[in-house]
Amino acid sequence: MSAMTTEADMNTQAQAAVMPRTDEDAPLIKVTARDVNVFYGDKHALKDVSIDIPERSVTAFIGPSGCGKSTFLRCLNRMNDTIPIARVTGRIEIKGQDIYDPALDVVQLRARVGMVFQKPNPFPKSIYENVAYGPRIHGLARSKAELDGIVEDSLKKAGLWKEVQDRLQDSGTGLSGGQQQRLCIARAIAVSPDVILMDEPCSALDPIATARIEELIDDLRQNFTIVIVTHSMQQAARVSQKTAFFHLGVVVEEGQTDLIFTTPRDKRTQDYITGRFG
Amino acid sequence: MTEHIVSAFDTDLKDLAGKLAEMGGLAEKLVADSITALLTRDTVLARKVIETDRVVDRMQQTIEEQAILTIARRQPMAVDLRAVVAALRVSNDLERIGDLAKNTAKRVGAIEGDFRSPKLFGGINHMSELVLAQLKQVLDAYAQRDNVRATEVWRHDGEVDALYTSLFRELLTYMMEDPRNIGFCTHLLFAAKNVERIGDHATNIAETVHFLVTGQMLADDRPKQDETASTPIEFRE
Repeated sequence: MSAMTTEADMNTQAQAAVMPRTDEDAPLIKVTARDVNVFYGDKHALKDVSIDIPERSVTAFIGPSGCGKSTFLRCLNRMNDTIPIARVTGRIEIKGQDIYDPALDVVQLRARVGMVFQKPNPFPKSIYENVAYGPRIHGLARSKAELDGIVEDSLKKAGLWKEVQDRLQDSGTGLSGGQQQRLCIARAIAVSPDVILMDEPCSALDPIATARIEELIDDLRQNFTIVIVTHSMQQAARVSQKTAFFHLGVVVEEGQTDLIFTTPRDKRTQDYITGRFG
Repeated sequence: MTEHIVSAFDTDLKDLAGKLAEMGGLAEKLVADSITALLTRDTVLARKVIETDRVVDRMQQTIEEQAILTIARRQPMAVDLRAVVAALRVSNDLERIGDLAKNTAKRVGAIEGDFRSPKLFGGINHMSELVLAQLKQVLDAYAQRDNVRATEVWRHDGEVDALYTSLFRELLTYMMEDPRNIGFCTHLLFAAKNVERIGDHATNIAETVHFLVTGQMLADDRPKQDETASTPIEFRE
């Protein structure tokens, strides 16, 4: 560098020295939503939501209560169909298939898109039956041995096998809250879904049980596409690779989780994640 | 910036910013006093600088503890997280600036009985003025979250380096002219190096301000003109 460098040169250098803001190499997209609108009667709950959900990764939806994040989650397995006044427009594709295609079998769809709820809701049946139920009704096992294999494998993937292997015939409802939630995850993954939706899966759990679920989510993303709605921004920052911020029915900002929580672009996102409104 | 829903969080951050402003003011004063003490060979002022550096060290500890506590208690995100990390980094730089001023002050005692010509002070005086202006500007930029002024400081550090290189050559010449100058000039050279290092810390703070405001790092290839490391020293008979 010579001492004769001009002021203008220096400016260019300072600009060039700024590291570019790049997204990671684009992963494959599992779910594509375009211009999704949801109405509950007259209420316009979701407005023109367009988002891509990458496969084998965790996508988190954050936002204040009533922002539409759970509504959108429920569009992904057509749970809103069960609400008579709900109307959904726009297009949602999973692996290229339009899930609102009238010819589509909704029961099959819900097997491909599993769901885990806020409060663990195991069937009032044995631990074994809770996991075996899905594969059995969908005809995924040809023999008892094969079904046993699916149950064991699912419980292992859900990190519950060691704790319940000696009492598979005990009732699922007798487990602790955290174990019940992992049982529900085992039940969801037993049918090898394309996508697992989780609606605040840890909000009824203590910190230790929460940590176990988060560890599990991190393991599961090797094989599954996970979408999680959470009120805990720290949780979204910890478990997800992509984050979308919903506010008043619109997606204000979406992107790589690392960037959303360090340098959000939109002021509303910044205000929300830093605790300035909510 | 809008206030937090939890007002105690705002109080924490304001308190942290207040402590840094105070520490910055004190570090600036130490640098100015250490140079004055050197130029006027004022050993009383020099001792005061050495004493006061302890206060700066304690402030750095306090700020560090408070920043860690804020992270633990509030789990800051985005701009708040950057504010806390910036506070940690700036307080580190200010602590080092205090140490360098102290080192200069210590040399005042060493040259006391060995004073040479005042013309030897010319270069270091000029360089110090520049560095003090840089330090003042960067602390203002930090207090006001002013990225433009911070980037100016970052760009102008090259001038300090260039001055240091020319001062290095000048002092070498004096030493070669008369070996009795060697002790005095060596101390001056170290003092000049301290001032040059203070300039570097000011640049670090400028980089921190840029990070604080934009969330992006300034890559470390700013113009450098300190060539003393590669300057040969030939003794001419």
